[in-house]
Amino acid sequence: MSGVAFGAAAVSSGLSVWQTCALSLLAFTGASQFALAGVVAAGGSLLAGTLGAILLGSRNTLYGLRLADVLRPRGARRLLTALGVIDETTAVSLAQPDLRSARTAFTATFCAIYVTWNLATLAGAVGAGRIGSPQSFGLDVVGPAAFLALIWPRLRVGRTERLVALAGVAIALGATPLLPVGVPVILAATAALGGALASQTTTQQPDVQHEPCPAAPEAAS
Amino acid sequence: MTGAWIAVLATAAGCYGLKLAGLTVPQRVLASPRVRRFAELVPIALLAALVAVQTVTSGHAFNLDPARLAGLSAAVVALLLRAPFLVVIVAAAGTAAALRAAGIA
Repeated sequence: MSGVAFGAAAVSSGLSVWQTCALSLLAFTGASQFALAGVVAAGGSLLAGTLGAILLGSRNTLYGLRLADVLRPRGARRLLTALGVIDETTAVSLAQPDLRSARTAFTATFCAIYVTWNLATLAGAVGAGRIGSPQSFGLDVVGPAAFLALIWPRLRVGRTERLVALAGVAIALGATPLLPVGVPVILAATAALGGALASQTTTQQPDVQHEPCPAAPEAAS
Repeated sequence: MTGAWIAVLATAAGCYGLKLAGLTVPQRVLASPRVRRFAELVPIALLAALVAVQTVTSGHAFNLDPARLAGLSAAVVALLLRAPFLVVIVAAAGTAAALRAAGIA
């Protein structure tokens, strides 16, 4: 994702250059950053915006799960490694044929993206600050367009994904007149709940974790 | 603007915490297929909702801004044409900007 686009969009939304850079340095996860900037732009509830941004970060938890066995970071190193767990580093790392190259790939990708993302954010933020009217440059469309680009590949995966997206849209738009600004978006996460529960019931397979263990042979005698 | 700083730092802390949790928490806890599926679908629901809300609403009201709609349509076209991310963004912003500059929207 383009750091310049984020830097520009964030400053246009009302965040200061420092706040914008802080997001890229500390949060370092594109969708969440764009989401918070979007809520600030709309003048919505910062609490709701923060929660929504954090919720969006939950996919990085999944990435961490898959990377844990590959990277096996120990002690203090784990604290630093965690910062780099994002879409790109995960994808590159998991694509490697063996553990050693996976770790090298992770570190290299992390460093490269971290530097470019933050420099780009700074450039975009400082540049946008000089623009009089962000709307005349269409900067208010950058956030939505970025989100669309992010979910596009996932919408092609299956029907559940498309239905969940539609349900999310319906819930958020329906709740807009009723709830504080920013909250409808969080409510849309319930669409994901529906999708997750629905896929459980259609498989009709026993939940392996709850199968009782076979009685030990010693107990029978 | 302290409120914004709190939001920025809280967002950063929350996002970092989630990343660390994935690396730290035992596989068993988060490996349930239902939890995994939910976590996969959450971004889709949220991002779709964000697109809708940011495009057609303004505060509590619906607000159809033609330039914004046109910009998003341009993004869709670019995505259908499998354009790279930056092209999608520029197409969207450019379309909105052009319509506003031409006084159409």
